Amino acid sequence: MRLELQVNGSPVVREIEPQELLLDFLRDRLGLTGAKRSCDVQACGVCTVLVDRRPVSSCCFLAADAEGRDVLTIEGLAERPEFERLEDAFTRHAALQCGFCTPGMLLTVAALLETGELTSAEDVKRSLAGNLCRCTGYRGILEAVCELAGVTA
Amino acid sequence: MSEIVETPLRIGAVGVSVPRRDAAEKLRGKAQFAGDIVVPRMLHGKVLRSFHPHARITAIDTSDAERMPGVVCVLTAADLAGIDPYWGHAIRDRPIVAIDRVRFAGEPVAAVAAEDEATAAAALERIQVDYEELEVVGTIEQALAPDAPIVNEGPLRPGLFHGLGELAPAEGNVCYRYHIDRGEIEAVFAHADFVVEGEYGFPAVYQYAMETHTVVAQVEGDEITLWASCQHPFLVRAEIAALFQVAISNVRVIVPYLGGGFGSKSYTKMEPIAVALARKAGRPVRIQNRVAESMVTTRRHGMRARMRTALNREGRLLGREVECWFDTGAYADNGPRVTATAGDAAPGPYRWAAYRVDAACVYTNTAPAGSYRAFGATHLQWIGELQVDELARRAGIDPLEIRRLNLCTPGEELRAGGKPLDADLIGDIERVAEAVGWGTEKPAGTGRGLSVGLLAAGAHPVSSAIVRLEADGSAVVLVGTTEVGQGARTVFAQIAAEELRLPAERVTVRGADTRFTPYDRSTGASRSTTVAGLAVKRAAEQVRRRLVEIAGSEDVESDSYPELFVRHFGLAGGELIGRGEVAPEGSGSYAEGPVFWEVCVGAAEVAIDEDTGRVRVLKTATVADVGRAINPQLVERQDEGGTLQGLGNALYEEMVYEDGLLLNETLLDYRVPTFEDLPEEMYCIIVENEDGPGPYGAKGCGEGALAAVTAAVATAVADAGVPMTELPLTPERVWRRIQELKEEGSWPR
Repeated sequence: MRLELQVNGSPVVREIEPQELLLDFLRDRLGLTGAKRSCDVQACGVCTVLVDRRPVSSCCFLAADAEGRDVLTIEGLAERPEFERLEDAFTRHAALQCGFCTPGMLLTVAALLETGELTSAEDVKRSLAGNLCRCTGYRGILEAVCELAGVTA
Repeated sequence: MSEIVETPLRIGAVGVSVPRRDAAEKLRGKAQFAGDIVVPRMLHGKVLRSFHPHARITAIDTSDAERMPGVVCVLTAADLAGIDPYWGHAIRDRPIVAIDRVRFAGEPVAAVAAEDEATAAAALERIQVDYEELEVVGTIEQALAPDAPIVNEGPLRPGLFHGLGELAPAEGNVCYRYHIDRGEIEAVFAHADFVVEGEYGFPAVYQYAMETHTVVAQVEGDEITLWASCQHPFLVRAEIAALFQVAISNVRVIVPYLGGGFGSKSYTKMEPIAVALARKAGRPVRIQNRVAESMVTTRRHGMRARMRTALNREGRLLGREVECWFDTGAYADNGPRVTATAGDAAPGPYRWAAYRVDAACVYTNTAPAGSYRAFGATHLQWIGELQVDELARRAGIDPLEIRRLNLCTPGEELRAGGKPLDADLIGDIERVAEAVGWGTEKPAGTGRGLSVGLLAAGAHPVSSAIVRLEADGSAVVLVGTTEVGQGARTVFAQIAAEELRLPAERVTVRGADTRFTPYDRSTGASRSTTVAGLAVKRAAEQVRRRLVEIAGSEDVESDSYPELFVRHFGLAGGELIGRGEVAPEGSGSYAEGPVFWEVCVGAAEVAIDEDTGRVRVLKTATVADVGRAINPQLVERQDEGGTLQGLGNALYEEMVYEDGLLLNETLLDYRVPTFEDLPEEMYCIIVENEDGPGPYGAKGCGEGALAAVTAAVATAVADAGVPMTELPLTPERVWRRIQELKEEGSWPR
């Protein structure tokens, strides 16, 4: 079947399989490998991308359901002016180690910052509980995100 | 390997929290992992795994699968003729694919190479395998029963890196034993004033590196190339060379960024089957495990233990006796080393009149078990520390005081013939105690716990590094250490920059590629900064000495390097190369190790909900006793990561097996810590006594916190009145124990 959508601000048209997952579409057809595969059951968050500015787990989201919609991956976010703040905060707080969860984490954070729903450290913890990180122990990420959201860690 | 700090450290290099060198690549999604690598003409491989934990294979029919469009080939045991198809770095017991018999649910039986992953997965369904089920050895108890079926008939053959002396013949299902006997143990117990004893259980645990095991293999003639998510590329290279009968120099292992490891990617894992499949297909093949497959590729050992500990009225610990059994699954993987390290950790860092340890590594029909961060220490520290606290309680001594009285001090012998203690444990335990408010009043329903232990660290100290200084004054470090998230590339850049008097950003450290980067034994056992870092320092020192010779001055600074190149080489080119090597020194015996003792010191404060059994961790504190922190921020982050994994091991994580079948094989029902498990207060205290064997007096960190926090949570829960004997401390287990205590009339304490 034919799929038409926006990816990182550019129009994309491709032939796809009806059962194709958005994660495979992005990684295999478009070469956007910033979105990662891990749990396959929407528990870990490493495959997170934004669809119409809301985070989705692309491992459990049909590519066909992105028809006509706007998909943002880490490669697109990294080109946006607001990314500089995120990059600076995550770097200064050493809020990453192996980096496998990092793209998904940043996309979730970017969406939450945009809606302004992070009003306390508790909000940050609750809102990011669907993005697992096995390396950092979360504190560096918490510090970085609280700073970005203007709340006390 | 002692190292003396001769010159003051320089701003911007060692001792400073410079930003991670890989931050931009990783934050922008540009960092490549093995699954992101695409090789021309690459196929996709999928593995058919046994459903049965123990069965005879009576027939395999692959013809339907082979006829499918898009399928290139199917690999079975029939393709292994002509090679010795068994691998395993410790014991060579594991076939590339099952031969006539499967020994665990999840064991590879066949593999398909196809043009795309979906076709390969569909082809697995068309392979017909007939099994005849055999009696399942599902637990340690079943494996040790007198009439138990034998999981591996043997004879046991040592692998290339057995590393534990001569391999003894198997006794039933026991593939390795470790024994320590010091002093008159029976006499000591006969004269003790207080004795505590018990039986304990530690579950099988999944390391959950978020990147699953992934390999791209290419075979061209007798040249084998791998892009692999492996922690120890040089050991994989040697095993692959031996298995496929090619020269070590013909095997190239390239390791991109690793998406976590924690031991799960140590030694060889999915590389042999990927190479065998690529060899048959005649084209490169990528195999990427799914989580359920990685869970049965390797895991942490489940353990059963019996322990007793003796104390006298004056508060002196007298003796300890430990028997423990490690469930290594169907194949040994790193089981012998885990068992030996656990044996060394079992007595704990106390001054004993006598102790005895009997540790056994046992085959069962479950997934093979290997390394996971702080193995051995995590298994036994919580048990030993629970017994120390119980003895202190009976003798009316404060838990901090009993540790002050009995802990070994720097320079004291810990294990016969081994390295003496190289850390100030009493200072360390006092710091964590203070951090959690030891001695201040506790709110109702809470408990506080301390824990102290040691982990033999550093593995075998063999590492080399090359430093290349270029004509523009930039430098490249070549080192075979893999970047698994720990920050090795950043720390090595700092060390080279320090010695070359360069800003850290002028030094580049790339990934491991066995064709170009010199030998590094492994990335694990907290060894990279200490051992490989020392090799980097020596290589950079050599370059610096050349610069001083060329300049004829000790004071030459980096702004004059380009000029020196012109003077020496006659052009704005050339290259100065330095080589650094670390090898066992002294008598060189591995048995005399470890390279250093990693401290595992922690404290915790917990609250218990009596009605639900839920344990909430309010405070944790750990010590990173690192000798010298090359990058303090990265040290803290290591301990924080270890702390959260310690909470997982203490409270949540358990691979639930029933009759050899894994019941919780997804992240929906295998629970790891999330953001919401972050304790309100988490203290990571860095101690720098410059007492390590690494560069600038450094020694490793990152593992100790896991063992320490697991144990501190257990001792804190006991302090709150609920002494437990099985991990993890799930609400159900804690609640049931509280009901038992109520029936005994000992709740609340």
